[in-house]
Amino acid sequence: MELALLIDFGSTYTKVTAVDVAAAEVIATARGISTVETNILEGLGQALAEIKPHFGGVLPDFTHRLACSSAAGGLRMVAIGLVQELTVEAARQAALGAGARVLGVYAHQLTAGEIKQIDDGCPDIILLAGGTDGGNKETILHNARMLATSQCTATIIVAGNKSAADEVLQILEQAGKDVRVTANVLPELNKLNVEPARDTIRQTFLEKIVEAKGLRRAESYLQRILMPTPAAVLQAAKLLAMGNEEEKGWGDLLIVDIGGATTDVHSIAEGYPTKSGVTYKGLPEPYAKRTVEGDLGMRVSALSLLESIGSRKLAAISGQAEQAVTEYINTIHNRIELLPESEEQWKIDTAMAKAATDLAVERHSGTLETMWTPMGAVHVQHGKDLTEIPYLIGTGGVIVKHPNPKEILQGALYKPDQPTVLRPQKAKLMLDKEYILAAIGLLAEVRPTAALRLAKKYINPVI
Amino acid sequence: MEEKKQLTLILGVIGADVHAVGNRILEYAFTEAGFKVVNIGVMASQEEFINAAVETNADAILVSSLYGHGEIDCRGLREKAIEAGIGQIKMYVGGNLVVGKQDWLEVEKRFTNMGFDRAYPPGTMPQEAIDDIVRDFGFKERC
Repeated sequence: MELALLIDFGSTYTKVTAVDVAAAEVIATARGISTVETNILEGLGQALAEIKPHFGGVLPDFTHRLACSSAAGGLRMVAIGLVQELTVEAARQAALGAGARVLGVYAHQLTAGEIKQIDDGCPDIILLAGGTDGGNKETILHNARMLATSQCTATIIVAGNKSAADEVLQILEQAGKDVRVTANVLPELNKLNVEPARDTIRQTFLEKIVEAKGLRRAESYLQRILMPTPAAVLQAAKLLAMGNEEEKGWGDLLIVDIGGATTDVHSIAEGYPTKSGVTYKGLPEPYAKRTVEGDLGMRVSALSLLESIGSRKLAAISGQAEQAVTEYINTIHNRIELLPESEEQWKIDTAMAKAATDLAVERHSGTLETMWTPMGAVHVQHGKDLTEIPYLIGTGGVIVKHPNPKEILQGALYKPDQPTVLRPQKAKLMLDKEYILAAIGLLAEVRPTAALRLAKKYINPVI
Repeated sequence: MEEKKQLTLILGVIGADVHAVGNRILEYAFTEAGFKVVNIGVMASQEEFINAAVETNADAILVSSLYGHGEIDCRGLREKAIEAGIGQIKMYVGGNLVVGKQDWLEVEKRFTNMGFDRAYPPGTMPQEAIDDIVRDFGFKERC
């Protein structure tokens, strides 16, 4: 029997999924506390002990032993470009799509103060973009010289104007930095090219970050820690949407991942205008797009969620008093391990998740703007049109264990009072019940067809 | 070496103007003439012209306006370029820049006072602008 052991080293929990590859069947899932700070194998051992009974008390010989990780702060990145709406945005998209936590983005010429900020943040990788190919060289050269003065030991990935790349490389290498040059994230003004940068980020993660985060020890038992967890989820999403040579995918889809610290949204769709007479404006967005809302989380970021949504709105959704909402959120923010108990608490928790889904999808979706011209009304679209998207998948600790996930996911759908936000209108609501999307993304690396079948089998409509 | 440099031009239709056909023709004509054309298309805001010029290190900005509101739409473009650190960039404008039959010399003056290097009345053929640009950048022949 071909067995796969898929592991996700999270910030709180280490989750393991054991899969029968040929049958596309999940045999067991379990979790242990993440122990990256001490010995990463402890938490893993804890989780593995839990799945042992499913194999008659002895762990079998797994053919594939793969892992992803968001432990030890995840993959921390800084993105630098020239113009905010152009190369800065392109660099940010490349970093997010590689599964990074973006600590900061910087436009135009870096100042000494900004270098200090970057040093203080101590990122794992700095993505340096700026200028289209053959375009502006001055800024990226200036920024390379500034980065040369930084104390930070981050790997610098250069993905800017190719005409300046050699010189940038030289400046940074002379300063003793670890530098890698890849293709420009914005080679032409309206041509986004984030894949080469994403690949280089992932390569760096494999070679360097795994070591630095104390994860290498786990590789004595595992074959490889392949990627950051969000990248695994995005990988699974892409596979499920596109399929492969052997099996068809589901087509366009949207994934909402509600976590304790952030709410991530992944869309796999071109997002071109669906209505006639609409003009697209701005930087094109990647087919596989990820956004991260750092202010919308259920526990660690509960207070910022309260701030962003407002106690009045949460009270209205949950049907509870404003004071009760504020009190509950303060309590869970201080004790992040708490789960709701009373009915009142469940209602507030649900309202938080629903409002987070609502706002995260609003920020992810494109918008439609009506402009009045001498020729009448003209519609301009910014970002992706997701109105026709057929599938909306919910994942994340809160939602997979929730008694009524439908209520939370409905928060993502089209609102009549927000006609200009291009949210999904009639998407089928699906649930990653076994919480295995990241595992599917990992399995996709070695057995894509089995991974695809697994996804289709275990991601089911919500009732 | 400068002699051989290919000029980069930002081309676009400013404001709420949706005239796409002329924009395509100009893109074709300028590309054929050997320029590197960065076409930002119709309904382009002043910020889009400036951002595109900064990022691509462009040599000139070419603004079209066909719907008569060109004067309002173009006001402040030179100032924005100065703010963005590309104050020296050459700027050209053409099309149906104003409403009604106004004296062209008057109109031209208004646009040059706004900071445009050249303005073109309706009916100008692309070749005229191409020749001007080649000359303005000190080239003897087509680049």
